Amino acid sequence: MTTTATPKPGTPAEVEGIAVTIDGVEVTVPKGTLIIRAAEQIGIQIPRFCDHPLLKPAGACRQCLVMVATPDREGNVREMPKPQASCTMEVSPGMVVSTQRTSEVADKAQHGVMELLLINHPLDCPVCDKGGECPLQNQAMSNGRTNSRFTDVKRTYPKPVKISTEILLDRDRCILCQRCTRFQAEIPGDPFIDLQGRGGGAPGGADHGMLPQQIGAYDEGVLGFAGIDGEVREAAETGQMVGPNGDPALLSGIAYTVGTAELDATGRPFASYFSGNTIQICPVGALTSATYRFRSRPFDLVSTESIAEHDASGSAIRIDHRRGVVLRRLAGDDPAVNEEWITDKDRFAFTWQALPDVIQTPLVRDEETGELVAASWSEAIALAARGLAQAADDGGVGVLPGGRLTLEDAYAWSKFARVVLGTNDVDFRARANSPEEAEFLGHAVAGVSMDVTFAGLESAPHVLLVGLEPEDEAGTIFLRLRKAVLAGRTSVSTLAPFATRGSTKVRAALVTTEPGAEATTLAAIAAGTGDHAELAESLRAEGAVILVGERLAQVPGGLTAVLELAKATGARLAWVPRRAGDRGAVEVGLLPGLLPGGRPVTDAEARVDVASAWGLDADAALPGEIGRDHAAILADAGSGELAGLLLGGIDIEDLPGAGESERAVREAGFVVQLEVRTSALSRYADVVLPVAPPTMKAGTFLNWEGRPRPFGQVFATSARSDAQVLDMLAEGMGVDLGTGSLEAVHRELSELAAWDGARQPAPAVEPSPAPVPSAGEHTVATWRLMLDAARGQDGEPYLAGTAHRPVVRVSPGTASSQGVADGDRLTVVGPLGSVTLPVLVTPMPDHVVWLPLHSPGSSLYRMLGVGSGGSVRLASAERATNGEVIR
Amino acid sequence: MSDETTPMPHERGGTDKQPASSDVAKPARGGQGIGEVKGVHAASLIPEPKNAVEALVAPVAGFGVTMATLFKPVVTEQYPREKAPVEPRYHGRHQLNRYPDGLEKCIGCELCAWACPADAIYVEGASNTPEAQYSPGERYGRVYQINYLRCIFCGLCIEACPTRALTMTNEFELADQTREKLIFTKDDLLAPLREGMLAAPHPMAEGTTDGSYYQGEVTGPTADEVEWVRRNRPDEPSLESATAAAKRGSARSEGSAGAAS
Repeated sequence: MTTTATPKPGTPAEVEGIAVTIDGVEVTVPKGTLIIRAAEQIGIQIPRFCDHPLLKPAGACRQCLVMVATPDREGNVREMPKPQASCTMEVSPGMVVSTQRTSEVADKAQHGVMELLLINHPLDCPVCDKGGECPLQNQAMSNGRTNSRFTDVKRTYPKPVKISTEILLDRDRCILCQRCTRFQAEIPGDPFIDLQGRGGGAPGGADHGMLPQQIGAYDEGVLGFAGIDGEVREAAETGQMVGPNGDPALLSGIAYTVGTAELDATGRPFASYFSGNTIQICPVGALTSATYRFRSRPFDLVSTESIAEHDASGSAIRIDHRRGVVLRRLAGDDPAVNEEWITDKDRFAFTWQALPDVIQTPLVRDEETGELVAASWSEAIALAARGLAQAADDGGVGVLPGGRLTLEDAYAWSKFARVVLGTNDVDFRARANSPEEAEFLGHAVAGVSMDVTFAGLESAPHVLLVGLEPEDEAGTIFLRLRKAVLAGRTSVSTLAPFATRGSTKVRAALVTTEPGAEATTLAAIAAGTGDHAELAESLRAEGAVILVGERLAQVPGGLTAVLELAKATGARLAWVPRRAGDRGAVEVGLLPGLLPGGRPVTDAEARVDVASAWGLDADAALPGEIGRDHAAILADAGSGELAGLLLGGIDIEDLPGAGESERAVREAGFVVQLEVRTSALSRYADVVLPVAPPTMKAGTFLNWEGRPRPFGQVFATSARSDAQVLDMLAEGMGVDLGTGSLEAVHRELSELAAWDGARQPAPAVEPSPAPVPSAGEHTVATWRLMLDAARGQDGEPYLAGTAHRPVVRVSPGTASSQGVADGDRLTVVGPLGSVTLPVLVTPMPDHVVWLPLHSPGSSLYRMLGVGSGGSVRLASAERATNGEVIR
Repeated sequence: MSDETTPMPHERGGTDKQPASSDVAKPARGGQGIGEVKGVHAASLIPEPKNAVEALVAPVAGFGVTMATLFKPVVTEQYPREKAPVEPRYHGRHQLNRYPDGLEKCIGCELCAWACPADAIYVEGASNTPEAQYSPGERYGRVYQINYLRCIFCGLCIEACPTRALTMTNEFELADQTREKLIFTKDDLLAPLREGMLAAPHPMAEGTTDGSYYQGEVTGPTADEVEWVRRNRPDEPSLESATAAAKRGSARSEGSAGAAS
């Protein structure tokens, strides 16, 4: 709700300007500017392929050749004898550049390069996914020859090569610009493809015994050479697609020699969470995605700017659809947030919005059969309104909206609970949480103006991560941190049980912390004693940031300690939730103790403020005592103390005590659910009202910074947003909620924005010492991987294949005492059951085991009955069998 | 009568004696004075006879053309009882062609849809797989529709087609009762299997590329293709003629190989 940007600490000093002449036009640019950028500034387009403003210069494609003249020692401007690559050369004082517009030599050089690039490039534009939006195609038309002089047979490779289940490589089309390899090495640090071989020639080294230069995963089978054991592998084939000769496509990267460490779900070496970006920046059609392959052509697509709904980063995306079907999503360009990169989850996980289980009409429970049957809106609304009104009178209604709402929808939920149901029993947190967290959010997050931003992370001297694994939980933060670290501006430290792949890539200093011990560790850092003196010192630096993840709520006293650490060191604090709607929900008061704008419900003045904005009677209009939180709502609904439940998008698998929660909903009196897709909880709902998925409504997400991220509607449908449905429901109950349109909601939100009164007090929970497991028991460390078994990734098998293979991590000590090694299967036993996963030995504390929280075959709340910090036993180990690769 | 200075009827006053035709002709031809034609009577449209002879023959003069036509050759087309031939390159209904071994030529590239000025063509591509190869190469047209309510038969689509998959036939009888029936799908548009063709899907002829198909090097189904279909779709009706064609083809290639050696 607040957009005030803070001045960046450490703003770069004024850079000296340099005057150069390009095609006779004089332009002054900052020192260090590349010629190609200087030319852009005066509107001169130099053709290029390898150049990308966010990647380091490479000079790989040579398409941007221009003539450059510089003054010599006597000051005579003398032209260099050969054309120069303008994407690698910085401007110098007095430089005179002639591009293809004014220099025949440059023009001829560019034509020559283009002809060379096209020599081995296949003429398969009609079947290529890039055809129609291809820089090579476009620049061959604008800066190339009209016909080819090459009459020989073009070089071909077996293709396509499936590098992961999602990424396909067509080596014939590649022009070796190395944008993909540079992106992977520089930006996320996952070099799953690289440049191989040297020179041209025939594939397989037929002519000269050398590998020709090409891009790929370094796969013995695909490259056709003897591996380290001296055997020549056969390339593995995939039955899913064929190449131009009708041969099956090849699978790359079968992990014959790689351990369990970096395998994806199919048993191949793990590629990257950001691999989809290589497809987008590929200037030819060499990299394509299995999802979008051959699905449409660029001119079919209608594009809508939007915001990704999968994490709290608020990444800008572009949604391309054709005839009512979303076909792909691309990264948008927002320098303030995600630059030009998005995670694979944001890019590929969009099918969930159009699966068969998306609810089309309201459903009501048939009185005779007890089944949910389709009903009209008027019937369902009337039924729901009657039931909710009855339940509100009988004992009250608990409201659980879930964490995936837009700001506008969340506001409608908040207002509905307070005005229509007259309750503060509302809690958006559909995950492990604590009363301490609610106080923390009211104190330090709600209504706080935008303080820590992505740019702030980039310029922060030190960033401390607490209960947050950015690569898994907020990919855009990970990319920014890595950028800042590589630039040498920022150092990172993390409180975690072990050094993850992500924290290694941001060169994070690991403060080894067992689950549950975060509070005491934070207190020790605040005290600045012993080992932590250095860390405390770096947090005192101007602009230092503490990023605290939503997982810290599971540690009693953790959020209290982090507030105290921020106070003690002066570091700025930001809360990073996992879900896109969490920050907005805090802002509009979807918590038992909060009203919109960070107003405490216990504050009479705040209540009057809100009541007047909502046009209610001043006194006693809004309930003044703090309501039930998430756990209490479910418990009381189950016991019958609350007579009804109003549910939003909640996945039962996310709730600690999944079984108990499900039982509570089943036992609850009158249940109304507002959902996009039928879920496990729909079985217990009396009325299910369909709400629009993000493509069918407009709205705003508030990202973790507090930055509003408005997005537009992709499809014009009759689907109604949560706000509209709640407006209808309120009308059915005789109240005018006034949330039927975005304009109305925005008007009210702006009225409610500023609150300068008292805030909720800071939480004060004594840190409890980390649980010490008894002999033979282990403490669970866990969090959700980016790609897991979440419902938001349903219907996208290609993406699921690129996820990390679920493993159980144990320390070397535990591994030897259990007699297991990497790849063996280990069974972890909890109160409810067991999980069996391959072992990955990781340096970490001895009595800690790590498992993914909700991955295929490892859903801890349901299968084990414990979450982070819980106790488990390790049972039967199973020897590793030869890993079978899923194609 | 039609000079531009003729005043409009309402400007003249006392129009009763004037021939009414002048009143009508002006607005009809010049397009001006719309809505100003008033008081036109049917009887006043017949010109007055000029002289006595004209007045005499006037009742039968209209049959002159009829009489003359009785002695001329008949030009009436007996359509639809007799089909009228059209020119060989007449732009009629489209056809999606096949290669001689029965694989489809369409690669689902949508260039036809791109070229279409009336937006009459809808195509969706898909990936060929080893189990289901419909066209040579990687891609085939999974969905192909032409909406003949929109098509203007301009032929830009067949010029755009990179594989000559889309051509136009001489068939022009494209009327029907419903809009749905006039959206022709791939089943309607695909050329019928000619003698010796093997219905897709089946693998490409062994040792060929999509280029060899385009250059006409594949002249019919091969024994391997027939064998593949026999294994996977034993009930395929086109198997019989394709088997014979494959035998002929292999005999021919052996013959030519023998001649060469």
